Order: sequence, then structure tokens, then C-alpha cells
Amino acid sequence: MSDDIFERVKKVVVDQLTVEPSEVLPESSLQDDLQADSLDLVELMIGMEEEFDVKIDDEAAQSIKTVQDAVDFISRNAS
Amino acid sequence: MRTDVPRRCAVTGIGLVTPVGTGLEKAWGNIVAGRGGVGPVTCFDASGLKTRIAAEVKDFDPLDYMDRKTDKRLATFIKYAVAASRMAVADAGLEITNDLAPLCACSMGCGLGGLKMMEDSHSVIMEGRADRISPFFIPMMIGNMSAGQVAIELGLTGPNYLCATACAAGTHAIGLGFELVRDHGMEAAVCGGTESVITPLAIAGFNAIKALSTRNDDPGRASRPFDRDRDGFVVGEGAGILVLEEWSRAKARGARIYAEILGYGASCDAFHITAPRDDGGGAALSMAAALRDASARGIRPSDIGYINAHGTSTDLNDQMETLAVKTVFGDLATGIPVSSTKSMTGHLLGAAGGVEAAFTALAIRDGILPPTVNLENPDPACDLDYVPNVARKKALRAAMSNSFGFGGTNGSVILGAPDAW
Repeated sequence: MSDDIFERVKKVVVDQLTVEPSEVLPESSLQDDLQADSLDLVELMIGMEEEFDVKIDDEAAQSIKTVQDAVDFISRNAS
Repeated sequence: MRTDVPRRCAVTGIGLVTPVGTGLEKAWGNIVAGRGGVGPVTCFDASGLKTRIAAEVKDFDPLDYMDRKTDKRLATFIKYAVAASRMAVADAGLEITNDLAPLCACSMGCGLGGLKMMEDSHSVIMEGRADRISPFFIPMMIGNMSAGQVAIELGLTGPNYLCATACAAGTHAIGLGFELVRDHGMEAAVCGGTESVITPLAIAGFNAIKALSTRNDDPGRASRPFDRDRDGFVVGEGAGILVLEEWSRAKARGARIYAEILGYGASCDAFHITAPRDDGGGAALSMAAALRDASARGIRPSDIGYINAHGTSTDLNDQMETLAVKTVFGDLATGIPVSSTKSMTGHLLGAAGGVEAAFTALAIRDGILPPTVNLENPDPACDLDYVPNVARKKALRAAMSNSFGFGGTNGSVILGAPDAW
């Protein structure tokens, strides 16, 4: 289940941040490793909301620092 | 900044993205050959519109000028500005050092900005999805992001401006760059115009003003400035960027100089939101102001050997511009070749002045006047020498380029052969 979520998160990250799939690891920091700026992060959260049909409020978005954080959030909240 | 010697301004680099080609020599080669870039609209389904033709850029790959991530974050008009600016700076061989960067201005012209992003995002919000508006919506829409992104890419930390003066924007941006170099101590300026609004809203909007040609079944002959059967302009897109440099600096580094900018003038009709004064009074003021500015360098009206006209192919513009040339140049007018390269490129709106100043500089470099194509039956009210249909050889010491925009805003720039003045 969480492997499947990781692969789907990875695809959103690759599309939204224009990075190579091989760069996207669970521990990758969105800002430090994947070079996302504040605008990219907003776009990324919108992309994940659409992919998983979840609502990521600002507070939750602030707490998502790594790819694994995103996977964990989706695992807890996606229907 | 030395004040004892009058500062002068050299054109040392040119970058072009146009419907007749990307890159200086390709675009200019097509212009000299009289080959146009107007065709059916292909970038969206235009079947519901009165006008279904445009002059699209066909050979542009943004990844030649930026990485994939930058490409994804920029609107097309900004990509054109970045590409043409990179070309122009490379063409100039200008190295933007840390010392030079704060003395490098960037002034862009753009009429409408990221209209496509506006249209797409509006559809999203009308579907009740306000929380799905992209964080890149505002940065893609605002026109000055063209100048902002060029500065980011090239490291230009001097003054950074957008002229949003409709179809005069490109000429105003070059005039502003010229004044920043000549009068305000800048060592260089990257300046010109960019536009990309071949979109449903833009075409429908210009159709509503009755400004566009509807010659859908014969696109190659749709843009026909000064011709009796013209029926409006054709929307084009692209960017035309010049690198301007303070003359003595350009000379000292051995830069190739295409032309010198000798004078700049601007005016306003103060008359109507879209229609020009029918006597061309505002346009004449602009040309006269440029001549007055250039007179300090010894230029007289009789020195102007060519005018790159605004020449949109609308009924009103071409007549009033003809009158304006006569007002300013009097008996000289019939002896001055006046051509409209919009007959080939279509009307690049805010980019027009940038592209046309570049063509004017190249006309000076090569001693070749670009033609006005599709001029088959001249309008009796348009009785100047429009260089009909075929380019012509003529050595030039000085030439003028005109742009006029909605809001009655006008601009004229005078370029001269290097070392002729």
C-alpha cells in the first residue's frame, strides 16, 4: 500500500518539480535536495491533492518536508 | 560617468524570435527575400472566430535557451524574451561581469502579458476550483516578468522596467534603454519587446474592435500594408531584443557595432482610446521629437534614408502614418523609402518595435531596404515609396523606426550607420 503511494507521490514530484525519477528517494528533502522553492511547493501540494483527492491545509503543507512526509500524510488521510 | 564628452549609444547585439524565423540571420534572410510567416492558427481551435489566421512562431524550442524546470515556470512571452536576450548578449559578445552588472539596465516592452495563463486559470476558477489556481499564475501573467526573468538569467542588476504601452511598447523600451545609457550613466541595456497572445480572447477582442484581417482563405496575402484592399492586421508573436552599449566602451572592447542610436521621441495623440488621429498629428509629433533629439548629433530630416513604418495594414493606421510622414518631412517625404515588415511578420504588438528596430539596424548594416509585400494596388491615400514587394539596395546613413499604440501612444527611434556621425 505505502509502496504504491510512494510511487504515485514520486510521479507527482517528478512532474511538478521537473526532477529525474532517480533523484526522488523517501528521504529526499523537497527544498534542499529537490530544489523546490515556495511556489513549487504550492504547486506540488495542489498536484498531490488532485492525485489523492485529499485536502492539504497550510499547516499540513508546512509539515511536509520530505517525500516520506508526503507519503505518511497521504497514508493517514487519503480515503 | 564622464560628463565632459557627450555619451553615445551603440547597438552591439541583436536577438530575434519571429514568425519568419528564430535567430537573426534566418529571420532577416526571410525578410529580405519577402517571405512571410502568416498562416492558419494552429495553437488552438480557432474555428469559432471571425479571424482564423495568425503569424505564429514555428521553429522555437525553449530548451535551447533554458532548462526544463525554468521552461515549465514561464509563460511563452517570457520565454521569447529570455531566448532573444540570450541571443543578443551572445551576439554582442558582452560579458556581464560583477562590476558591469549594476550598470546593465533591462527594459522590455509588452502589450498584453500572459493572456493565455489568464484564460486557462479563469476556466479553473469558473469550475469552482479557486484552490487549484497555480502559484505561477501571477508570475506568468504580469508583463514585467519578461524583464525580471531576463535579469535573472543574465544577472543584470541595473534598472529593470516594462513598458506596457500596447503596440508602441517595443520602441518605447528601446528608447528608454537608449536614454538610460546616454543620459543616466548605464553602461549597457538589454532592451526590446516581446509578445505571445495568439489566444481566443485576444483574437476575439481585436475582432470586436474590427482591427484584424479576416482574409482566412488567403493568409499569405492578409497582411498588406498601404494596399487598397487591406482589411486589418494579422496578430503575430515573438521577441526582438537589442544590446545597447555606451559607445566608447563598445569601441574599447572592439565590439562589432551594427548601428548607433541617434535619437528617440515619443508623443500622445490625446484623442481616442483605439483610433489614431486621422491627420496623423500624434505620430508626426513623435517623429519630429526623435528628429529634434537626433539634431544634437547633426542629423537633419534629409539624412533619413529609410523609415520602417508602423504600417499595420489597418485602414486608419496606414493613411494617417502616410500623412504624418508628409507633415514631418514635407517635400522630402516622397523621396524617402517607407516599408512595413509587418507585411511579412504580422503585427507583433508589444514586440513589434523591438523586431523592427532590429530590422532597421540590419538594413543599415547591409544597405538593403526590406520590402512591403502584398502591395498590389496602392491605396490612393497612401502615395509614398513603400518599397513594394521586392527588397532594394540603398546605403543608409540614418533610418527611423515608428510604433504607435492604443491609447494614442507613439514612439520613434532613429538609428545611424556606425561612425557616420
